[in-house]
Amino acid sequence: VSRRRPARACTAIAAVLAFAGAAGCTGPAPSASGAAPGAAAGAGTAAPAASGAAAAGLPDASLLAWMRESFVARGQAGLDRLDQDDTQRRCSMAAARGGLPPDEAESIRRDNQALLRIPTGPLAGSWTRGEAIAQNGVGRQFSDPPDVPSGGNCYACHRLSAQEIAFGTIGPSLHQYGRLRAGVPREILERETYGHIYDAQAYTACSLMPRFGARGILDDAQIRDLVALLLDPDSPVNRP
Amino acid sequence: VPASRSFIRLPGRCVRTAAGGLLRLGAALAATVLLHGTVGAADPAGTPADSTARGIARYREAVADSNPGELWEVRGEALWTERRGPRNVSLEGCDLGKGPGVVDGAYALLPRYFADVDRVMDLETRLLHCMMTLQGFTRAQALRRPFGAGALRSDFEALAAWIAGRSRGLEMDPPQVWPKEIEAYRLGRSLFFVRAGTHDFACHTCHGQSGRRIRLQELPDLLDPASVRAIYGSWPAYRVSQGEMRTLQWRMNDCFRQQRLPELVFGSDVSVALITFLAVNARGGIVDAPGVRR
Repeated sequence: VSRRRPARACTAIAAVLAFAGAAGCTGPAPSASGAAPGAAAGAGTAAPAASGAAAAGLPDASLLAWMRESFVARGQAGLDRLDQDDTQRRCSMAAARGGLPPDEAESIRRDNQALLRIPTGPLAGSWTRGEAIAQNGVGRQFSDPPDVPSGGNCYACHRLSAQEIAFGTIGPSLHQYGRLRAGVPREILERETYGHIYDAQAYTACSLMPRFGARGILDDAQIRDLVALLLDPDSPVNRP
Repeated sequence: VPASRSFIRLPGRCVRTAAGGLLRLGAALAATVLLHGTVGAADPAGTPADSTARGIARYREAVADSNPGELWEVRGEALWTERRGPRNVSLEGCDLGKGPGVVDGAYALLPRYFADVDRVMDLETRLLHCMMTLQGFTRAQALRRPFGAGALRSDFEALAAWIAGRSRGLEMDPPQVWPKEIEAYRLGRSLFFVRAGTHDFACHTCHGQSGRRIRLQELPDLLDPASVRAIYGSWPAYRVSQGEMRTLQWRMNDCFRQQRLPELVFGSDVSVALITFLAVNARGGIVDAPGVRR
């Protein structure tokens, strides 16, 4: 099975922004049966009486209903966290199937563009506050105090400043992010950067990146601070 | 990523550990971790993780003759033979799949279907079942402390370490014969892709590609049987960063916490399905438990 990239509206700006590395929806296609010696034999003979979910072998509505019974609400994490939105549902199915058809990708992208709320005017806050948000992994776990603002935990997946060497590689490196886009008009660059943090799936369907604004993880001021971290010439992201 | 982490910053270097995680270890062992767990200078991408992996490998060598996990194994064996619970009986009548009281080799064949409960069970779920049906503990009593925290120790972690250790050297070979065993695998595979919660995370988000890391932690590609074979047999594992023995039920629970989902119920169908998915993908891998992990 070949890897399929989600279709994207490749405007010149989007190409310049090139977040493509985060287009994580299409990881290696899972093998259909190789890992499950008995799976093929079970396809017709398994008795899915306990759960219709097994029959399809897909993360469908019956699986989600069955899944719920294995969880309990704890702290701030209620069972409603298992209620998938349309994007989550469609991206789960695409990942299980090992591919995202181009028209499905375009539809998901449009849905998420409708969720974008990008304020007008300058969008860059403080890069020093942005760096703290990028380092902070607290928030939204059942073990976290509900009133403490969430961090962005950007370093979990991205390289940003060269000084922080404990960075993850699930997303692309963002080191030199602003410098590499110096030719893009500032206003457009700020809006696109804000938009990617707010809802990356408005640009890349089924991106692995959380939709920080659309899902209410970060507020407007925090996203502005992250925009500054990425774009400010004095930010460590844009220093050697 | 665990919410609370402490950083020890040294000039030009950065060491990540968890507060108190090393307290159990002697000063010499702690020094070994600090030295070898130290990541190098801030140059090329990839170096820090390699360095961390090397550090852990050296740490494993250093403790090869005295794996801290042995402390849990010793306690686990005692818990197996000790008469406990309202009925004051030991767990020696517990059937882990090879007949009542048979421990040797049992772990390599789990999870599996148990006809007496008409369910697939992993090791810890089966232990919970035996604590309730043989020893007479209520579910709440048995699950008072499923995961240890310092002086508050978990019986499951000790029992799992000892029982898994009695399959050391054997190949993982969980059966896929009964319909419910096959169903559990298929459910586990489907669950792997479920994106939900505030952050849209699925197991697949972090464990669907090879060669990636979160911060400095390398992430196994759990869709790749070769990758699963290489790690599954080291669970339960002594976690150096926590100073605790950790089991697969803990691993599932804590991954869902980090996915920002509600709490996974110990011994639940979802936990068993995911462990079955992993165990079957690990077929042919060698049990080397309890292992030592970051």
